Amino acid sequence: MSGLDDLRITFFQECEDLLEQLGEGLRVLEASEAAPDIETVHAVFRAVHSIKGGAGAFALNDLVTFAHLFETVLDHLRSGRMAASAPLMATLLRSGDFLADLVANARDGVAPDAGRMRALLAELDALADAEGGPGHDGEDTEPFDFVPMGLDLDLGPMPDAAAEAGDATAESESGSAGGYLIRFRPHAAMYGTGNEPAALLRALARLGTVQVTADLSAVRPLTRFDPGETQLAWQLRLDTDASRSEVEAVFEFVEDVVSLDITSLPRGEGSPAAGPTDQPPAPDLGPPAPVSMGDAPADLPATAQQRPPATVRPLPSPPDATDSAVPAEPAPRVPASVDTSPDAGAGVAAPTAATAGNVTPLAAPATIRVNLDRVDRLINLIGELVIMEAMLSQVIGEAGISADSDVANGLDGIKQLASEIQESVMAIRAQPLKPVFQRMHRIVREASEATGKGARLVTLGENTEVDKTVIERLVDPLTHMIRNAVDHGLEDAESRRAAGKPAEGTITLSAAHRSGRVVIEVADDGGGIDRPRVKSIAERKGLIPAGAQLSPTEIDNLLFMPGFSSKAEVSALSGRGVGLDVVRREIAALGGRVAIESVPGRGTTFTIALPLTLAVLEGMLVSFGGETMVLPISAIVETLHAGTATIHPIGLTGRVLANRSELIPIIDLATAFGLARERKKSQPGVLIVVECEAGRRAALEVDHIHDQRQVVIKSLEENYGSVPGISAATILGDGRIALIVDPEEIVSTAAPDPLSPLLAETV
Amino acid sequence: MSVRVLAVDDSPTMRGLISAALSPRGFDVYLAEDGVHGLERLTETDPHLVITDINMPRLDGFGVIEGVRRSNSHGSIPVLVLTTESGADLKARARQAGATGWLVKPFEDERLVSIIHRVLGV
Repeated sequence: MSGLDDLRITFFQECEDLLEQLGEGLRVLEASEAAPDIETVHAVFRAVHSIKGGAGAFALNDLVTFAHLFETVLDHLRSGRMAASAPLMATLLRSGDFLADLVANARDGVAPDAGRMRALLAELDALADAEGGPGHDGEDTEPFDFVPMGLDLDLGPMPDAAAEAGDATAESESGSAGGYLIRFRPHAAMYGTGNEPAALLRALARLGTVQVTADLSAVRPLTRFDPGETQLAWQLRLDTDASRSEVEAVFEFVEDVVSLDITSLPRGEGSPAAGPTDQPPAPDLGPPAPVSMGDAPADLPATAQQRPPATVRPLPSPPDATDSAVPAEPAPRVPASVDTSPDAGAGVAAPTAATAGNVTPLAAPATIRVNLDRVDRLINLIGELVIMEAMLSQVIGEAGISADSDVANGLDGIKQLASEIQESVMAIRAQPLKPVFQRMHRIVREASEATGKGARLVTLGENTEVDKTVIERLVDPLTHMIRNAVDHGLEDAESRRAAGKPAEGTITLSAAHRSGRVVIEVADDGGGIDRPRVKSIAERKGLIPAGAQLSPTEIDNLLFMPGFSSKAEVSALSGRGVGLDVVRREIAALGGRVAIESVPGRGTTFTIALPLTLAVLEGMLVSFGGETMVLPISAIVETLHAGTATIHPIGLTGRVLANRSELIPIIDLATAFGLARERKKSQPGVLIVVECEAGRRAALEVDHIHDQRQVVIKSLEENYGSVPGISAATILGDGRIALIVDPEEIVSTAAPDPLSPLLAETV
Repeated sequence: MSVRVLAVDDSPTMRGLISAALSPRGFDVYLAEDGVHGLERLTETDPHLVITDINMPRLDGFGVIEGVRRSNSHGSIPVLVLTTESGADLKARARQAGATGWLVKPFEDERLVSIIHRVLGV
């Protein structure tokens, strides 16, 4: 990981996972109500907690503030101080939603919805406080005061922060800081915390020049030695310019486990009365201090770690110290106290080969995140491979080499491998729909709140995998359809009860793989489409001529027409300037199709069929005007032979196809692309009926249909430029380049007149 | 030779931040994504110091501290707690378990480094 930017990306990626866990956990808790699973509560808490932790590192203060309060309430739930009541769960779910918003805001650098933030904070605060009364431990009682900061010492009178800021006032009580006389005696408890006296002494030595004296007065003779007792104390004279708080900061972690006394020495004072030469009386067992304790406790492991640094004498000093014998090293190194450690080497030391070599510094996770560009490049290369293989296959065929030959067999093997590689690579881009589906729970919740209709979402097949790009671009259309289902699909509670249905409506969102495509269904159990009403609205809006005869399916499809909105007034929810026409267009842009099916009284189902990938397209190979091109199958409704079809002329050159109850304008692709001036009458071609945005249909006339095949999409815009009527290109098996037709654009340019009234006209 | 630090945190962001703070300063940083994993890596990575989060799946930070203290080979190495929670209660528990010191997320790189230097005496 290099810069902070990379870590930011990691953070937001992590947030996505965490928010997913949070959402899922909260829903589980909501469903389990009275008896929440404690592991789930922990997981939910951790998710919020981790978001808070990361957010702090990037100074995302809104996120930190909100997550902190959220976490406080979750902590009440976790500790059992609060029950998972329905109102609490509702607040938590909304908070989870808002937390997701805040993450998105932070990622996009957008200011959060301040009003909503205030409202939710107040709500959470009330909850936090409600349980924060007498019995509360006071740990997190001041949520609004929580400010992320780089340090938290809790040292009482030791203002380390001031020291780091170089705050002169910290020294006010110490007079001029010429030096300090420090006495400290560790309590037995210190030795269980990994704090080493030697390390503390070294840390002090970094502040200036230090003279250390071990106080051996409490050391007992070996005969009466008690390994569980602390017997050593130290007295130091520290000559330094450092502030008192800097000195105190050295003892930051041990203030509760040592007796400490720090006295300031006036600047320039010589040996003080209690200076290092003023030895405490030596115990009766041996030589006066400073004494080498190197041997004494060696066979007494429990106290061994108390061993005072006789080794402390040659202390490393900061570089600016005049008498520095051992310059302080900027790079960390192994503590010199290594060999005095009780575990002699096993613990801290081991400067042996046990290090690097076989151990990689970073943990290898089970998954890796790969830049999408790299995957796409791989997909492109596989595409090339498939094309090469097709070309080779064609050459071998043309050369008359037997299918039994080794060459042909080898090629078959390559073919097999290439297709397996292609599938595997596609699988890399494929991701489960789960995150998108999970987001829809929130949409239902909000829609339900806004409309006052009870609604719940059931998701099925959320592990169905789809191309990543498809997933991303599905969010908007799905959101709209889900909102639409709650707003327009479901009836109000009374009508539902009257119809003998449960008051709460159910929206079912399901996904499945079906014949090489992904089929996603959004189904509601509402009243179904009110067809007479839909028809009258369409007539009133001039979308269809008054009195037009339409089949039920045709009426249902009116919903997809631009400008159609079934509610007289635009509802606060669905009417956000987008209609189902936009949904259809977005799905079409993904190479998919939307269909609608409705049963009166039983509900409506929207079905989205999508390709598995955007890198390969199912196309129909056609030729016209001497060119071979590809038409995307997704747009094709039916194909007819022009010779047998009923065709009416319109105007001078126009023709329409009379197909059942429809009149469909015919567009000759050869003329549309300027390849021929006019189709020869003697050569009737093939009419391919395509359906475009908002159900507009047109019949594209071509000379021949060759076959249907998968083609690898090669962007024209990237390599050449945008060409009207062409969406991309591909390479055929024989190495020729074939352009992929964009039916949408052809129809809108070749037949620009609004067709809808005409389309609905009965023949 | 570099100082080896084993950082135990379930958040990839935090692990990244710790790495980013320590690796450029010459530390060897080893990462573990939860308490169990952390204790598993103790022998293998032979750290001079452990940094641990508190809230983690499988085994929390208190468990990590206790596990380190129980270990024969690494029982006395410093264990720093790095957490977003700053309550006195948490510190008392951490101390009880045998924590050497603590610092609060978000941390400043310099401060983390100076604390490590201090508790290791380097």
